[in-house]
Amino acid sequence: MTPAAELSACAIVKNVQSRNVSALAVLDAFLEKVKKEDIKVKAFLSLNEDQARFAAESVDEKISKGEPAGDLAGVPIAVKDNICVQGLNATCASKILENFISPYDATVIAKLRSQGALIIGKTNMDEFAMGSSTENSAFQTTCNPWDQNRVPGGSSGGSAAAVAGGMSPLALGSDTGGSIRQPASFCGVVGLKPTYGRVSRYGLVAFASSLDQIGPFSRTAEDCALLLQAICGQDPMDSTSSPLPVPNFREEMKRPMEGLRIGLPREYFGDGLDSEVRKLIMAAVETFKVQGAQVGEISLPHTDLAVPVYYILAPSEASANLARFDGVRYGHRSPGAKNLLEMVEKSRSEGFGPEVKRRIMLGTYALSSGYYDAYYAQAQKVRTLISEDFTRAFKEVDMILTPTAPTPAFRSGEKNADPVQMYLSDIYTISCNLAGIPGISIPCGFSQNKLPVGLQILAKPFAESTLLQAAYAYQKNTNWHLQVP
Amino acid sequence: MAITKQEVEHVARLARLELKENESELFTEQLSQILAQVEKLKNVSTENVAPCAHPFTVKDHWREDVSSGNRDTSGILANAPDREENLFKVPKVIE
Repeated sequence: MTPAAELSACAIVKNVQSRNVSALAVLDAFLEKVKKEDIKVKAFLSLNEDQARFAAESVDEKISKGEPAGDLAGVPIAVKDNICVQGLNATCASKILENFISPYDATVIAKLRSQGALIIGKTNMDEFAMGSSTENSAFQTTCNPWDQNRVPGGSSGGSAAAVAGGMSPLALGSDTGGSIRQPASFCGVVGLKPTYGRVSRYGLVAFASSLDQIGPFSRTAEDCALLLQAICGQDPMDSTSSPLPVPNFREEMKRPMEGLRIGLPREYFGDGLDSEVRKLIMAAVETFKVQGAQVGEISLPHTDLAVPVYYILAPSEASANLARFDGVRYGHRSPGAKNLLEMVEKSRSEGFGPEVKRRIMLGTYALSSGYYDAYYAQAQKVRTLISEDFTRAFKEVDMILTPTAPTPAFRSGEKNADPVQMYLSDIYTISCNLAGIPGISIPCGFSQNKLPVGLQILAKPFAESTLLQAAYAYQKNTNWHLQVP
Repeated sequence: MAITKQEVEHVARLARLELKENESELFTEQLSQILAQVEKLKNVSTENVAPCAHPFTVKDHWREDVSSGNRDTSGILANAPDREENLFKVPKVIE
């Protein structure tokens, strides 16, 4: 049999269920891999060996008794450190939450546990998910497993690197402006941002509440469907979660591509797109044509406004959401303050890193008296225009294909000093969050210096099946997803 | 549009952040650069365009107004920087 640490999530479930391998042996194999690889990659902020062992033993016991052990029986899953797991740290890679232990499970975590998944550890990220390189972590810098001198992308860089480095078959991340898809692209794995409302946000530390979604990382489309299936659905604890029924993704993804209409938005293929990336995306488009899809050019005319809209709305929401970190009930408290106001100011100033402060400042400014209409209200209106672009486009096409990022992974330190340059690395992923639609990034080849490149697919609201259908069809005809660093 | 150092310091107070001198200067420069990027929003005609606060209108699903279970507060209080019995303790509010 294939060594346990090289199995896909679907294969793990099958083998654990049929008692070819125990959940405990699977867990040990991956933990061993983590101990070997993570010295250089630094994807994990903390491991969860004890809890995971206990969960693995419980899976093995259920199976030996012939009881149902769940759809994710024995599958290790790495979890971004802004998702709450009871009894574990949830630092958000911030000093302000360095010692915070979550007293409850996020809804997605409760769902994973009930399906027999093993939470293997918590992964590194940009502080409070603000960043595109995972360099904004207060604790460590994660490397891209394909090239140690390059970033894994961000903000869910630890989760992407954990899957790319073979340290976990699956991982959860969160995506506010591309934080799942962009690192998936940089690390050569699959990453999916569900439709806004498809997955409960309860227990996800809020960054920008009208944009945030939790989503899966995997190597294969099938594994992505498996994890997505487990976390979707309406939740009484999240009033924005959707009551729409959740389809059977693994069944629907197997439908053929024949006759599906694909749109290529001309605004996503202009200046600023790396020529190697463009070539690989166009080659992927050809694969879809061969499978019977119809391809045509479309226009999303307000595309160039997405980054400006995002950098008003997301910081505005963040400035409100992060007001809760005041040193009163949890998190860092500055010692020796003379009064409450001083304590709050000092605790926040000592606890937050520079990018978080920058965004809180930007958001506070945009929402402040005298500027609200010019910035925040105007950005909300332009958001409507961006969203309407997609509504119009999806009358003509079933899916939209674009590059996930304008370039492959950039070098560590390359964009650190210039926030505007860093923000532009999300230029192709942000519109999807503004419109609330689902998006996926799948590996579609390598640059000449062996760096993975991601293809982004976007679909109508709640059409995750369509994304998975394209990803599955593509992976059946290519082997990029089988390459390992 | 450029933001002034005085405005940066005012916003910092609103945001309950205490900036060091070099931070105020850096943020004045960086926030000005970022605001220059968003300037083009002002030229977009948005007459009769409704603002979008949320991607979809999800019908509110209210639950019945009844308490649901007794959450164990020990895990919550364990995170408190300072406490007395089951209360959070803070420095003096009024001088």
